[in-house]
Amino acid sequence: MAQASPALPPGISLRGSAARRRRETIVRAVFLGAALTTVVISLFIIETVLVEAIGFLAQIDLSQLIGIGWFPRRGIFDVATLVIGTLIVTVIAMLIATPVGLASAIYLSEYATPRVRRTVKPILEVLAGIPSVVLGFFALTVITPGLLKPLFEDANAFNLAAAGIAVGILSVPLVASVAEDAMRAVPRNLREASYGLGARKITTSLQVVFPAAVSGIVAALILATSRAIGETMVVAVAAGAPQARTLNPLDPGGTMTSAMVLLASGSDQVTGNTAAFQSLFFIGLLLFIVTLVLNVLGDAFVRRARQRY
Amino acid sequence: MSTIGSSSTTTTASVRATLAGGRRGDLPGTVFQVLLLGSLLFSLAVLAILVADVLGRAIPVFAERGLGFLTSPLSSNPAKAGVGQGIIGTAVLGGIVALLAFPFGLMTAVYLEEYAGDTKITRFIQINIRNLAGVPSVVYGLLGLSVFVAFMSAIGDTGSGRNIIAGGMTLAVLVLPIVIITAIEALRAVPNTIREAGYGVGASRWEVTRMLVLPSAAPGILTGTVLALSRALGETAPLILAGAVLGSFSGLNLSTLFSGSYTALPVIVYDWSRKPGDAFRADAAAAIVVLLVITLVANGIAILLRNRYERAW
Repeated sequence: MAQASPALPPGISLRGSAARRRRETIVRAVFLGAALTTVVISLFIIETVLVEAIGFLAQIDLSQLIGIGWFPRRGIFDVATLVIGTLIVTVIAMLIATPVGLASAIYLSEYATPRVRRTVKPILEVLAGIPSVVLGFFALTVITPGLLKPLFEDANAFNLAAAGIAVGILSVPLVASVAEDAMRAVPRNLREASYGLGARKITTSLQVVFPAAVSGIVAALILATSRAIGETMVVAVAAGAPQARTLNPLDPGGTMTSAMVLLASGSDQVTGNTAAFQSLFFIGLLLFIVTLVLNVLGDAFVRRARQRY
Repeated sequence: MSTIGSSSTTTTASVRATLAGGRRGDLPGTVFQVLLLGSLLFSLAVLAILVADVLGRAIPVFAERGLGFLTSPLSSNPAKAGVGQGIIGTAVLGGIVALLAFPFGLMTAVYLEEYAGDTKITRFIQINIRNLAGVPSVVYGLLGLSVFVAFMSAIGDTGSGRNIIAGGMTLAVLVLPIVIITAIEALRAVPNTIREAGYGVGASRWEVTRMLVLPSAAPGILTGTVLALSRALGETAPLILAGAVLGSFSGLNLSTLFSGSYTALPVIVYDWSRKPGDAFRADAAAAIVVLLVITLVANGIAILLRNRYERAW
């Protein structure tokens, strides 16, 4: 700034007092330090998970990664069991969250009066704010005995299907809010052009607004999938524990996340058993990579949706 | 003329009928709208059933035990077990999270919005924060276990480092991205004219930030922090990994508060839900009521703050 004022008479400076400038420098440095801690946190997460996961792989025989099921205390770490469990829960969750969430989004964006929106959105926010362990309790005490048992007699008291349904319920507000944002961002003149051609509201919603907002809708579904994969407590409460490899959603089982919580909470033996302890970090690494890829992908779609209009 | 007039009337009527979809009206449209409304009501119905089920199980416990349930310690006997230790644990954890996540989050947001230019480093920090927000909470538990617990143990904690400070740090790191992202949004909503007015009278960047920008953005920042806090209070998995105690433990006094065993309400809910028998399920439901009251009160405060101080520039 000082060089940019050659017209000033000599002896006059616009740089202000040295103390003020020094304070300015210190404040900036402190704030930069705070911002950099977020980078340090990421580095710590990656370092922790990588080092222990490599330690785990070095310690076990690789054939231990394939077996009849997930029995970490017996040295059988069949990762496929957990991946299948995760897939079952995620697919069931998305089968619920996709139609319910998208329909809610279309209603809120295209049909609802401002008054309905003002009433319903806070209720969706409350649903989104319920701790997941509470939804797990709901799955265990309401969904399994009240919905699954009457339909399927052989449903276990702890099962993957109930957990999947509850995770789906938990994901509805996320899908609804991201998809609604995308549809509301569609410019009004597209809708008016459609009405001008004589299209009905349903046609306008489904064939004009929905395709125009498709990037944001895809983003909503990807982010919800990532959320469902990372959801932990619902499964840990309602699905029992991972055991032998199973494809049946009515059996008890576990996901990558619930297996981690069960390992940590089962008993203190796990701290003595190094391989079982380190397997925590190995699953954590898989989980971290999968959700990171999905989140980056979802973010890219969100940005594409923003750039469109 | 009259014939033309009457024929034009019939044309208008027939056109109108065609536009309205004939006598059957817009049947697909109506069905569609009912389906949409139904899916919205599905969420509300789930919420209602959940609350009804939990209350139905919890009310007998409160009726029988009264305030004793809120003050008794954990126990292996469901008729004696209470959530006193959980309430204290959750309150202390909330305090630690607020003390750590609020200043760090605010400073980071101020740096990114008010100080940093659009450089590669800034963009990298922003992308990194967005990615941190998407990391599953259980992975933060691993971080807590191998960094914060290890740190506590290294500085001489007697309980192998699994204390409430390590748990609180884990939760603070977990919600830090949420605090940052909501604070950035609040700062962005402050119009540039306010900043320019400050620079115009010769204020430095820090003076503009402290005296003009932060007061204008305060309601939004507070709302975001309270929401993040309520999220932290409901988190279970990271605490279990970072060493919150499942089952019961003795000792509930201030001298061991920061170094001894600890638990939190959601951890108690998890533990009791999985125990066999209806007695512990009822206790779990009662603990859920306490947990929901705390998180809903926090959420309610946030929504009130937002509505009270929301400003359109």
